[in-house]
Amino acid sequence: MAFQLTVNGRSTTVDVPGDTPLLWVIRDVLKLKGTKYGCGIGQCGACTVHLNGKAVRSCQTPVSAAKAPITTLEGLSADGTHPVQLAWLEIDVPQCGYCQAGQMMSAAALLAKTPKPTDQDINSAMNGNLCRCGTYVRIRQAIHKAAEIGVTSKLKKPSEVAASQSGAQE
Amino acid sequence: MLVNRRSFLRVSSLAGGGVLLGLYIKPPKASAQFGPSAPPVPNNYIKIAPDGTITIMAKDPEVGQGVKTMLPMLIAEELDADWKMVKIEQTDFDDTKYAAQFAGGSLATPFNWDPMRRVGAAGRQLLVSAAAHTWGVPEAECSTAAGRVLHAGSKRSVGYGEVASKAAAMPVPDLQKVKLKDPKDYTIIGHSKRGYDVPKIVTGQPVFAIDFTLPNMLFAVFQKCPVFAGKVVSANLDEIKAMPGIRDAFVVEGNVKPGTVVEQDPGLEPGVAIVADTWWQAQTARKKLQVKWDEGHGASQSSVAFAQKADELSKQPPAKTLRKDGDPDGALASAAKVVEAAYVYPFISHAPLEPQNCTAHWQGDKIEIWSNSQIPGGGRTLVAKTLGIPEKDVTLHMQRGGGGFGRRLTNDYMVESAWISKTVNAPVKLLWSREDDFGHDYYRPGGFQYLKAGLDGSGKIVAWNNHFISWGDGDRPAPSSTMGATEFPARYVPNYALHNTNQPLWLKTGALRAPGSNVYAFVIQSFIDELAHAAGKDPIEFRLALLSNTPLPAPAPRPGGGGFGGPEFSAERTIGVLKLAAEKSGWGKQTPSSGRALGVAFHFSHMGYFAEIADVSVSAENKVKVHKVWVAADIGSQIINPNFAENLAQGAVIDGLSELMGQEITLEGGAVVQHNYDKHPMMRIAQAPEIEVHWLKSNNSPTGLGEPSLPPILPAVCNAIFTATGKRIRETPLSKSGYSWA
Repeated sequence: MAFQLTVNGRSTTVDVPGDTPLLWVIRDVLKLKGTKYGCGIGQCGACTVHLNGKAVRSCQTPVSAAKAPITTLEGLSADGTHPVQLAWLEIDVPQCGYCQAGQMMSAAALLAKTPKPTDQDINSAMNGNLCRCGTYVRIRQAIHKAAEIGVTSKLKKPSEVAASQSGAQE
Repeated sequence: MLVNRRSFLRVSSLAGGGVLLGLYIKPPKASAQFGPSAPPVPNNYIKIAPDGTITIMAKDPEVGQGVKTMLPMLIAEELDADWKMVKIEQTDFDDTKYAAQFAGGSLATPFNWDPMRRVGAAGRQLLVSAAAHTWGVPEAECSTAAGRVLHAGSKRSVGYGEVASKAAAMPVPDLQKVKLKDPKDYTIIGHSKRGYDVPKIVTGQPVFAIDFTLPNMLFAVFQKCPVFAGKVVSANLDEIKAMPGIRDAFVVEGNVKPGTVVEQDPGLEPGVAIVADTWWQAQTARKKLQVKWDEGHGASQSSVAFAQKADELSKQPPAKTLRKDGDPDGALASAAKVVEAAYVYPFISHAPLEPQNCTAHWQGDKIEIWSNSQIPGGGRTLVAKTLGIPEKDVTLHMQRGGGGFGRRLTNDYMVESAWISKTVNAPVKLLWSREDDFGHDYYRPGGFQYLKAGLDGSGKIVAWNNHFISWGDGDRPAPSSTMGATEFPARYVPNYALHNTNQPLWLKTGALRAPGSNVYAFVIQSFIDELAHAAGKDPIEFRLALLSNTPLPAPAPRPGGGGFGGPEFSAERTIGVLKLAAEKSGWGKQTPSSGRALGVAFHFSHMGYFAEIADVSVSAENKVKVHKVWVAADIGSQIINPNFAENLAQGAVIDGLSELMGQEITLEGGAVVQHNYDKHPMMRIAQAPEIEVHWLKSNNSPTGLGEPSLPPILPAVCNAIFTATGKRIRETPLSKSGYSWA
């Protein structure tokens, strides 16, 4: 069955069963490998993407339900300069790095809504994202850093950033 | 220690200009378990191009331990390179070129510290020679800085790239005689460098094994029996083959022989392979798969029966005695006070976040493999043997792993992908589901330890007796289920015995981050804490006094001691980190408060000394909050990449806390009960404590930290819980006793 998706500002049609999780459409049909499979039951958050600016677990989202614009890590910015990306680089957050796409997408959604999050805000927004390497201390630091960068660079909403750079997945 | 005098250098011209430095390192004997050493073949460790770009090869698997960045830092430092001009490339697996390519035992630093710096220094020497020759000045008048050779007298300087081609014609320095830098002049070692792959990771580029694709690649799932090595009697293959996107579905007979101990990488396990155009199609078809299994004798196993058997065995004379000093029974009989306790810990799963996967491409009589294995050499042997081809016909490409923790020290998923690719004669990516991963791990073995110790009238430990109930059959222990006879407090207690009885186990076991140590620290440091309280002594003072005993002589050096070779336990270094942790945490200066306390523990493993103190509160409802953790560590004279080292140590604390609170694998009817993170939970960000890491730099060659940083946190928290509540924790996970994170 054909579904029309808007991913990172670009419109595309995919022909898959409607109950196919968005995760596998993103990874194996659209070939965007940034979004990760970790648990398949919405426990780990490695598959987090934005659906209409809101962080969702793509392993729990059937493609048939993905009717709003989708942003993946590849679409967070055209050139790796989203405040979350800059902060993650500066703090050097990753160890293995596998969960970080999901962490960053949750963080970007949080910052879009709450530009200066408190530790409590971070706890609430990030508690669905597991890090097997235990980089939580740095994730927290990096979110505060991204908030700082965001304030100085007039943080755009991730969806706006995404819309300005269609074709980022190429 | 571990200074490697069996390395040598080869220098040649780089095609298109520049110089290529090849280094051959003969691995220390202790690494024999990670694969045989090979005859020397020149490799291409360092390339210096005419434009000044320095390309350094990363030979070891990167699974998040930071080795891909750390080893090149050692070379670049002594080369006096400009780090901005350094490019890092992952090598393939090739043990004719690169010695000991594996990720395990926290060994990358001690093995490579000396040879990597020497090859860098030799490169610098060649470049200096070339520049001095060009200028007609003595080499001694030249210096280097950030990728340039300088001649102060004539105020001339030249970039490395400009003299690289000439350097290839200079006399090759003797690696053992090259001049190494004074550490005070370091500009790279000890200066934090960002992980080399991080820019790719934060932009979502495909860097992990799971991301790798080939043209016309198919995807596979592999359904194994819930009971280890159970065989397929029949399966509805025709129905599966008719499902959308399915290219093939077939039974894999496998070749694992039933027994009472499962060796590491025992062979190909039986199951049903489903191959499809996409992974989701294969996974969807699997939901309709019906298999009749012959579960075999493993089906009679259960965690309940294991515990009952251990209790029985503990009441019988031990099967063997691993160490006996003095007269433990006599000393116990005459002790002023005797403390007795049984400690229990479960099987747990590694569960790295990137599920097991491997891409294999069978090409007639050869195979090419792309894998995130921590020990690709073992994988190559297993694949060659199973497919019946020579090892030289297995080409192995190494890819970044989304976590390792020891899980990828076994290559079951590699041999499965190879078998499936050969069967369908096409490139195939096998991807395990998370449920496959939890159900078919090489689990950290659980265990039972029955301890009895005696204190004299002054509160000194005079006797220590441990009956360790573990796994195995006769003289064949299950992998990672043994305890070394020098594990502290051996040698520091005059009357000491370590006894061992094993029960058979038909389940895969293996090394989990800080193998052995991740449970021995919990047992030993908790029991020492019990003794401190029984003696009415401060837990740190009690430990310091124990460490001040004159030890019995150390045994002759042996491979595997103290975590894979290296020096024996040093009380002095342990005392150093204990005191540092006490100082940083303000130990003894807190106002006592009900329900909140500090707890301490230390452990020596993998050549590293770690003391950890946890500030913990426990509510009336047994909600546990770890407020803060202080880590004090002595891993030698240098912290090579400080920001990343701190990250690793903080992560080890979080990892240990996850193990402590909720992780347990149990068996019912021979099958694993827990199949995803909801039943085998990890700590989450809201529960994560503040973690301070302090390095005690000592005059010792640098060693690794990924593993030794983990073990002390479990007993540190348990000991804090005791001080806070009076309840002694003798079993993990805490959730079994009604605790949960606040």
